[in-house]
Amino acid sequence: MDDMYREVIVERYKNPAYRGSLDHSDITFEDENPLCGDHIRIDLRVDENGIIKEAAFDGHGCAISQASADLLLESVIGKSVEDIKKLNKDNVLELLGIDLGPVRLKCALLPLKIIKAGVYGLGEATDDLVE
Amino acid sequence: MANREPAGFDVNKIREDFPILQREVHPGVKLVYLDSSATSQKPQAVIQAMDDYYRSYNANIHRGVHTLAEEATAIYEEARIKIAGFIGANKASEVVYTRNATESINLVAQSWGRKFLKSSDIVVLTEMEHHSNLVPWQMLATELGIELEFIPVTDDGLLDLDAYNRLLEKGPKLVSVTQYSNVLGTINPIKEITIKAHQAGALVMVDGAQSVPHIPVSVKDLDIDFLAFSAHKMVGPTGIGALWAREALLKEMPPFMGGGDMIKKVYLRSFTHNDIPHKFEAGTPAIAEAIGFGAAVDYLTAIGMENIASYELELTGYAIARLKGIQGLHLLGPEAEKRGGVTAFEIEGIHPHDVAQILDQDGIAVRAGHHCAMPLHDRYNLPATTRASYYLYNTKDEVDKLVESIYKVKRVFAA
Repeated sequence: MDDMYREVIVERYKNPAYRGSLDHSDITFEDENPLCGDHIRIDLRVDENGIIKEAAFDGHGCAISQASADLLLESVIGKSVEDIKKLNKDNVLELLGIDLGPVRLKCALLPLKIIKAGVYGLGEATDDLVE
Repeated sequence: MANREPAGFDVNKIREDFPILQREVHPGVKLVYLDSSATSQKPQAVIQAMDDYYRSYNANIHRGVHTLAEEATAIYEEARIKIAGFIGANKASEVVYTRNATESINLVAQSWGRKFLKSSDIVVLTEMEHHSNLVPWQMLATELGIELEFIPVTDDGLLDLDAYNRLLEKGPKLVSVTQYSNVLGTINPIKEITIKAHQAGALVMVDGAQSVPHIPVSVKDLDIDFLAFSAHKMVGPTGIGALWAREALLKEMPPFMGGGDMIKKVYLRSFTHNDIPHKFEAGTPAIAEAIGFGAAVDYLTAIGMENIASYELELTGYAIARLKGIQGLHLLGPEAEKRGGVTAFEIEGIHPHDVAQILDQDGIAVRAGHHCAMPLHDRYNLPATTRASYYLYNTKDEVDKLVESIYKVKRVFAA
């Protein structure tokens, strides 16, 4: 349990590398976790080959959801839209390097839900996107 | 630990009555339960009463003529008498069993509201209501076109009674208000609110989900018209609550749900309904839970609600003083003397989920989120808060553990 607040998570929460917004984004999607009020918006810039060139997120929430967003965006730059569609729960947990119970898992997976809803062009971010 | 406890109030003895307080949350880490506003823990007496029913006289109530059914009916109805006495009601038949306070409020909205309210009638609520006293009225607003007005909450967590006076000039039909905020801890002046409402010709419904467990509540003394409350927040089981209403009102109100037990006679195309309170209690009720509710009332009565209230006032005053000493911690709600045992707070730069998670490592159970009061959090521009709430079994030692653990949270995020 003590590992949940590993240095990397607290550090990413306090000094995120990808916080902000993109002026000319190709994909933008935002959603929230109504249970805790965490809210995240993700902007992506994608080139003609479907490769992610730039990424940014904004919003508010707990250390887990914000660190998860920052680490996720770092990991998708240079990858393709198709690669993002293949990401799942395990990829996010690997990035965070921790194990989470069912309640906090929702926090960790919120950014992935949002980025996948964005690349699929869906109306809402649903749980089945990250199962 | 220098607890100035009321005479005869021995918190260590009380703690022995609650088996769960002995458990460890993690190896070697004992439970510090500070989440009683969500649900209270249960004493052995309540657990035992429900166990006895299932082991010794489990039977359906009211219709059977065999011994078990008679015993079950008697103890189920005795519990109703105890509950009525506990809230100072004139008659046990004014107490309707429901699932919880939420269902009690829905019962009033759906039965009384649909019969007596019409388009553009006004119902006055407050900005500090739990969702359970907002959504049933919003549903009725959509269905009937009634208008909702809200008594504003001041920056220090009190109802703005000048604004209330102005709302009364609009001639509302009902004022429905919490007696004790589950986030701010504010104890509202129900007597004053009721006198003014009655002068303006409005009825008064009180959400007593938080007040009935923690302070003496007498419907006679308050002179209100409806009271909703839940057993599980007052050392009783989940799945049972009550609506108290004046006899004349209950008699005028149509049944809420149809089925067995709420009828006198049933024909293929019609029915005649049963007397109060049974006309609101369709189907086999939560019998064991009602019996547990009765045992919970016995337990609280034996300790004395005055004693519980003054112990909690002292404990909460201590908690407020200690929490206010933490730099970067902002406490919601009014001064100690106007509030009950609820302390919701935010810590600068740290999300409540992270606070609650780290406190859990020390075995401390608090709640993080909007506590089913989203409009109130909007009012203070906070997405969520951390809430520690206190009950008769909590101690100053536990408050100290909470404070120590909050310092730990700050250290984790200070790096």
